[in-house]
Amino acid sequence: MPKMLEKHAEKAAETTVCPSSPLDLPQVSDTDIAICCEAVCKSFFEPVEGSRSWRNGFLGEKKRVQAVDHVSLEVRRGEIFGVLGPNGSGKSTLIRLMSTLLLPDSGTIQVFGKDVVQHHYEIRHWINRVSVEASFFKKLSAVENLRYAARIYGLPVKQGEEKALHILKRLGISKSKAYSPLETHSRGMQQKVAIARALMTTPVLILLDEPTTGLDPKSKRDVQQYVAEVKATHDATMILTTHDMDEAEKLCDRVAIIDRGKIIALDTPQGLKEQAGTDSLEEVFFRFTGVDWEEVLADESR
Amino acid sequence: MKAVSQINAMYAFVERSFRLIRRYLAWEAVFLFYNIINALTIGLIGMTNPIAPEKQGEVVLYLVVGALFWGFMSVLFEEVSNSITWERWEGTIEYTFMAPIRRITHLAGMCLFAILYGMCRTTIVLLAVVFFFDLSIDPGRILTALVVLFTGSPAFMGLGLIAAILPLLSPERGAQATHIIQGLILLVSGVYYSVSVLPGWLQPLSMISPGTYALEAARAALLKGAGIPELLPQLLILLLTGLVLIPLGLWIFSLAEQYAMRTGKLKRNG
Repeated sequence: MPKMLEKHAEKAAETTVCPSSPLDLPQVSDTDIAICCEAVCKSFFEPVEGSRSWRNGFLGEKKRVQAVDHVSLEVRRGEIFGVLGPNGSGKSTLIRLMSTLLLPDSGTIQVFGKDVVQHHYEIRHWINRVSVEASFFKKLSAVENLRYAARIYGLPVKQGEEKALHILKRLGISKSKAYSPLETHSRGMQQKVAIARALMTTPVLILLDEPTTGLDPKSKRDVQQYVAEVKATHDATMILTTHDMDEAEKLCDRVAIIDRGKIIALDTPQGLKEQAGTDSLEEVFFRFTGVDWEEVLADESR
Repeated sequence: MKAVSQINAMYAFVERSFRLIRRYLAWEAVFLFYNIINALTIGLIGMTNPIAPEKQGEVVLYLVVGALFWGFMSVLFEEVSNSITWERWEGTIEYTFMAPIRRITHLAGMCLFAILYGMCRTTIVLLAVVFFFDLSIDPGRILTALVVLFTGSPAFMGLGLIAAILPLLSPERGAQATHIIQGLILLVSGVYYSVSVLPGWLQPLSMISPGTYALEAARAALLKGAGIPELLPQLLILLLTGLVLIPLGLWIFSLAEQYAMRTGKLKRNG
């Protein structure tokens, strides 16, 4: 982690109140491994455009898309683990599998030693997620959305609200703004509220699925600084998927590069650069995938 | 403590839904206005020429009871069955499904909201109808009808739960398909006519619809002053139907949830 962010995180550690554990949660085990994926596969069936005909009863044909292909990895407790890859590479599917929203076709995923299929209810107490779309009831205010989240996560509403307002204040959202409908907020602000919602429940595993994609530079910096701060102040493991190489390099302890559902490289940012014999992660991506990162970004913005 | 947090979670859905209604107040006003007009126009059919003047009051009440009960039952059915569609539209479906709550808590919260919301709307429509037609109904009869309403509610929530799986199975067409179930109940339950006028091949369906018994009992209470003891057979059928449909709905919903988790249909965009 760069020095500037480290300093910021240290300073924050002195000032940030570490939230207490929510009531009556199943306790996580003392294992050092937060996530263990073994040969995880997930495929979907997508309709083939223009394939409807009388022969298939106008139901159309479907093609199999392998979203996650034999992924095996271990995420250590307390680290920020980055997953880098272009759109459609399987990043979000991997996050959904870890967050108990999808069932794997084969292979196993364990979160703090518990299988995500067998123990999904227990695991859901430990995790929270920030997705690329800040998914809220947009007509409701930030506080109303957070009250709802507090209730469904078993937090006393007042405690949840106080904690959320504290996080929102830290992220630069005023109290008056926190009480206005979210549809009137910028995307950057909505994403900060999403982060407050995720952290309000004191998760030990935070799944950050492209949390800074599409944010303005200031909001992006605020979010990145807060992620660093959380790492310094909480016993939380984070999975961060991103398109942003600088972000991955600044925040992540280790990075996995995923392409067409497969993990093709996994190491510290420095380790990856050494493996590829280069000094930039863009170049690392090119060496491992044969695809220029600028082209990937250009394809996605089309 | 766990029970308290599940009740707290159940209340989250009630609170959230009422707060959303407050934010979509203009929509609410429009829907309510339409419901009132709908009940009034249906009631006015009872005042048309072929009906003898001395019978008109009774026919108006017969039709109005149908409109009010159908309004209430539709709210129950729609709110429960659309709970998935609504969350998908707002983009919050994944957050709700990954929250550490039992699915029964989530759905019970939606059912509780549906009952409270349905009662609010039905009361407003009832007041408008009473004012418009200058109806005077014995409060004791209204109380009996309310008992019928409550007894019939679980059956409709059970049907709503079964219908709620359609948007889980098909994000694009599921919500529209729930109208097929709702339309069938409307056709066979004798909402605005006696089920005896249905063609013979449709009559067996009317016998399995909880709407038939709810409406029969409500009309007997409001038009003929039947008391709870006389309505026991219908109430018992409604209660039993609810006892069967709610667990059945929950079971079917859990199967559909597994299917959605296997095929990736919990996402916002299918």
